[in-house]
Amino acid sequence: MKAVYFASVRERIGLTEEEIDPPAGVATVAELIAWLSARGEGYAAAFANAATIRAAIDRNHARPDSPIVAAREIAFFPPMTGG
Amino acid sequence: MSRKSAKRFSDEDMLKSGATVPTVRLCAEPFDAAREEALLLQGRTDIGALACFTGLCRDEAGTLTALELEHYPGMAESEIAAIAADALARWPLQGLTVLHRYGLIRPGEKIVLVAAAARHRAEAFAAAEFLMDYLKTRAPFWKKEHRADGSEGGWVEAKASDDQAAARWKE
Repeated sequence: MKAVYFASVRERIGLTEEEIDPPAGVATVAELIAWLSARGEGYAAAFANAATIRAAIDRNHARPDSPIVAAREIAFFPPMTGG
Repeated sequence: MSRKSAKRFSDEDMLKSGATVPTVRLCAEPFDAAREEALLLQGRTDIGALACFTGLCRDEAGTLTALELEHYPGMAESEIAAIAADALARWPLQGLTVLHRYGLIRPGEKIVLVAAAARHRAEAFAAAEFLMDYLKTRAPFWKKEHRADGSEGGWVEAKASDDQAAARWKE
């Protein structure tokens, strides 16, 4: 699946997007955040306040317990500040 | 019945059903709010109230030279369209326009426009406020500050008051 990053998450990870292949045990958004956090310093910094990080699955808002099994694109970003 | 007259019949049917199609647009360049209002009202004699909200970039007492608006292409459009559809389901609106800038925005420039048209003011005001509250908390945009002194500007923090404002529409 494709992971895409925005704003402070993008800056800390240093990528706008990447292909990821999490193991079968990683089933939810929260589990994916935990798995990504272990990939390196930038990831750990990006997800340090995991409770504040928002996610979208295939461009729809998701929750920490949302299943990721059918996801093609998962986005991670801080709380939105548009308007 | 020819194809043409059949189509015409279905357009008239749409009008009778009162289906309002919102205008939703993301803009890389400045937009003209007065022109958008005029377009919304053009040829209409049934609208009794138009509530327009414009959000602008402010210079924070001269310390800010620009706001950089990052967005999630694709989701920003679909999320605003979903919020607009939600507003149309909640209030009997006769017209609705939502525009949002992205990219580099200078102080004094407009960031967002919400224009809600209805028969009466109560639904126009309420819909415009609802749209802004939901846009702030659900539309994927992020603001980064560019500072006048050249120092690294930070990402604007989301406000708890924005979440509270959006939560009041849940009842």
